[in-house]
Amino acid sequence: MFRLLEDSATDTVTVRIEDREYDVPAGISVAAAVLLCAVNKLRNTPVSGSPRLPYCMMGICFDCLVSIDGVPNRQACQVEVAQNMTIEYQQGAAELQQRE
Amino acid sequence: MEYDFIVAGGGLVGSAIAYGLARQKHRVAVLDGGDRSFRASRGNFGLVWVQGKGADFAPYAQWTGLAAGLWPRFVEELETETGVVIDYQRSGGMHFCLNGAEWDERVQEMEKVRQHTNGSFTYEMLNHAQLKKQIPQISRAVVGASYSPLDGHVNPLYLLQALQQGMDYHKVHYFPGQSIDRIETQQGGFLVHSTQGTLSAEKIVICAGLDNRRLGEMLGMDIPVIVDRGQIMITERMQPFLNLPTLHVRQTAEGTVQIGYSHEDAGLDDGTSPSVLKTLAGRAVSMFPLLARVNLVRAWGALRVMTPDHNPIYQQSASCPGAFAVTCHSGVTLAAMHAGPVAGWIAGSSELDLVNQFSTDRFNVSPA
Repeated sequence: MFRLLEDSATDTVTVRIEDREYDVPAGISVAAAVLLCAVNKLRNTPVSGSPRLPYCMMGICFDCLVSIDGVPNRQACQVEVAQNMTIEYQQGAAELQQRE
Repeated sequence: MEYDFIVAGGGLVGSAIAYGLARQKHRVAVLDGGDRSFRASRGNFGLVWVQGKGADFAPYAQWTGLAAGLWPRFVEELETETGVVIDYQRSGGMHFCLNGAEWDERVQEMEKVRQHTNGSFTYEMLNHAQLKKQIPQISRAVVGASYSPLDGHVNPLYLLQALQQGMDYHKVHYFPGQSIDRIETQQGGFLVHSTQGTLSAEKIVICAGLDNRRLGEMLGMDIPVIVDRGQIMITERMQPFLNLPTLHVRQTAEGTVQIGYSHEDAGLDDGTSPSVLKTLAGRAVSMFPLLARVNLVRAWGALRVMTPDHNPIYQQSASCPGAFAVTCHSGVTLAAMHAGPVAGWIAGSSELDLVNQFSTDRFNVSPA
């Protein structure tokens, strides 16, 4: 459904979304990468469990929360893709991790 | 007269009283403020809280205990009538002590409340080891906690929504966006002039929060109101880790964590300030180190409606009989009391001796 603009950068990075690797343009957000790769889900909501994809793309709706490199609840639209980044679906609310 | 009662104010206090009056088949109109009004009811923490309240004023300890006892039945009726689930849990509640002095002070307060209520208020003091058993995530910095099984919590926004739907269910006429200019006393009642025009009723109840001072003057009552700003922060939704509320931190049914319990005099500014938010966040992390890496998604300020001694005011006007004032900062906890016994007292349909302890007469005692 989404395609790159013709004047997009040609540099790419490799990211892993769940169990597949994708080459995506460097400098785009994780949310844009997810849409570009036609992934059909980013997370399930904590309350009703319904599937979600990025929505506002500008940091206010919190619909694109996802686990990035093992850190849950990150806003995919606010994080730039990086080489070898691991993006995993988020199921419901994140687990709190004891760090004492 | 068009109505039996006009209730000035449609926050938690006014809505609960109007709902209670309408359940008794009275004709009720509510004149609510607008979106720019100061709305403690839309900014509060959602505690149904007993422990510690009324340590220095026995009637308030008793009053709060009665309110908390009425909650389970109140919720059942409200949810049945409206279909709105308000996430009420009488889970018990805790207050953490960060050092020995806080612990000693807490013990004294809890014991006073127990004595004021002839033992109907029950509590336990938990040392760190006992606390850690119940809440494994608690920090070593917390020396202990007071626990009362009588405390609970609720989603305050759903409570307000349910009360508003309950008013509608019982045919209350609700007028939003109103500012009251003038109240006239008339033979057999009151004329209230507001944005809406003029409405008449046999009795009037002012539950307008910070505006009660101004409205009280129109009805021959001196209602001392003090502004006390509280700020609250909300985290992202997390898996449940805290199954009971505390005064500073509570996890909602949806998984967000609320962090609050600040008090400051900021006049009529209901905003937030970095210094207070920093203090709140620091204290929350000192209690729960696992919150250190959690994202905050919102913060807001709201203005508590306080009285000089922090206890509620229930007053009938001596010079304008039929005019009542209700001023309190615990609109959530006392909602069950307001919808039931207080509505009955205002309607004259039931006795409520304890309410007389809350008149403004207590502020007028001249020093010996």
